[in-house]
Amino acid sequence: MFDDFFIRALVAGIGVAFVTGPLGCFVIWRRLSYFGDTLAHSALLGVTLAFTMEFNIAISVFVISSIIALILIQLQKKTNLPGDALLGLLAHSSLAVGLVVIGFLTFIRFDIMGLLFGDILAVSVDDLLIIWIGGALILLVLKLIWKPLFASTVNYELAEAEGLNPDRAKAIFTILMAAIIAISIKMVGLLLITGMLIIPAAMARNLSSSPQSMVIYSIIGGLLSVIIGLFTSLEFNTSSGPSIITAALLLFILSLFKIKQSIKLKN
Amino acid sequence: MSTDQNILVKLNDAGLQLNNKWLVKGVSLQVEKGKIVTLIGPNGSGKSTTAKIALGIYKKIDGSVEKYTNKVGYVPQKISIDWTLPLRVNDFMMLTESLNKETIDEALSLTGVIHIKDKNLGDLSGGEFQRVLLARAISKKPDLLVLDEPVQGVDFTGEIALYELIKKISDELSCGILLISHDLHTVMSATDHVVCLNGHVCCSGSPMDVAKNNEYKALFGEQASQILSRYQHKHDHIHTDEGEIKKN
Repeated sequence: MFDDFFIRALVAGIGVAFVTGPLGCFVIWRRLSYFGDTLAHSALLGVTLAFTMEFNIAISVFVISSIIALILIQLQKKTNLPGDALLGLLAHSSLAVGLVVIGFLTFIRFDIMGLLFGDILAVSVDDLLIIWIGGALILLVLKLIWKPLFASTVNYELAEAEGLNPDRAKAIFTILMAAIIAISIKMVGLLLITGMLIIPAAMARNLSSSPQSMVIYSIIGGLLSVIIGLFTSLEFNTSSGPSIITAALLLFILSLFKIKQSIKLKN
Repeated sequence: MSTDQNILVKLNDAGLQLNNKWLVKGVSLQVEKGKIVTLIGPNGSGKSTTAKIALGIYKKIDGSVEKYTNKVGYVPQKISIDWTLPLRVNDFMMLTESLNKETIDEALSLTGVIHIKDKNLGDLSGGEFQRVLLARAISKKPDLLVLDEPVQGVDFTGEIALYELIKKISDELSCGILLISHDLHTVMSATDHVVCLNGHVCCSGSPMDVAKNNEYKALFGEQASQILSRYQHKHDHIHTDEGEIKKN
């Protein structure tokens, strides 16, 4: 069954969508879109390292993205620069360093387009295992830290005062972000991963009135985007990542017609 | 039970420094089961900071905090909720602890906001939101309640009712309450212990003791002292260990 590259891509994409749905909600709630971008850009460095050392791409990306996240936290403590400047600094420099390293590795042929925008042909059975096992682990951990993470997203001091240890939840969530980027890089490509996180969740926000329903809509939106995007990609021979993200965008535009009234009143 | 076992939180000479400036310094106080401790003081005197020190929100403090319970309910003075979150009153009630429907309904009824249970948090008025905050804090039946101006923005009759509710909760759950209030009128009658802050503890004791204190008079004026005295009649008895009421 998994012999067919398209089936593999579909199974991989569905696995990714189940995880990006809930994580994407937190990315929106906690205003982490640019943070996700930074981690994703740094993934290129992880990919080049994986090629040089003949190591698994997902694990290598996970390690590099986690290190970048740690560096970011350190820089935030040590410097007086604003958060967005630090994110920009890390995002662009890690992307640049990654591309420079690729320039040195003339003996390996890189499919740069595939790395940046995703390549469904590249999804192997091993990748499927990583996506589904890794994805299940991410969801399990997210479920365990849901209460403190959500409470501190609503109000940090309430969570801290009532003994929920929000700092630990935040640190674990950062690692989960690095992990989702690592497992979805082949599907959507590193330039578009944040889109996969944000756009279905943004669509879900337009339709929901409670956090739980937003998570569910976000997962459904992600699944639809993957399925529509991949069939389009097959039909018109377009890159898988951009096709999936375009499908997500179309769903978001549709959702604009159903915005909950209360949100409009608020803004 | 000895007094020591009744202590819920204890501050020993606690203080907080931010950018080389003391926000509050040398505060010692303790909150015991079934007792209401009220912090009073002018704006910027460190009341909220003291409450947050007691809650353990600040990590790098001077002195020490001993906290003997993890069942804490907190009503912060300021709370900014991000409206990117779709959040109904019902979701908010379960923010830090999963509660069943009856518990939530009971708490919301007590503070008089059961009818807005399914409303979006962003659509509430200031007073309604304050009542929801108080309902959330009491719903988990905490050992320690920290209430930072819990009735701000609540209408006048509601204010009195909520203070009576706070007193009732303190008696029924026998939880300790650390209360911050500007409203000397209403609060003092129910308070067991008053701590008057002005960057440091300027005086503390029973409401009557504090009212007579010269530093307190200097801080709040003679009039405030009279306000406290007016409640003298409410302190004309003491509770003995046997649970009897004895006239002074």
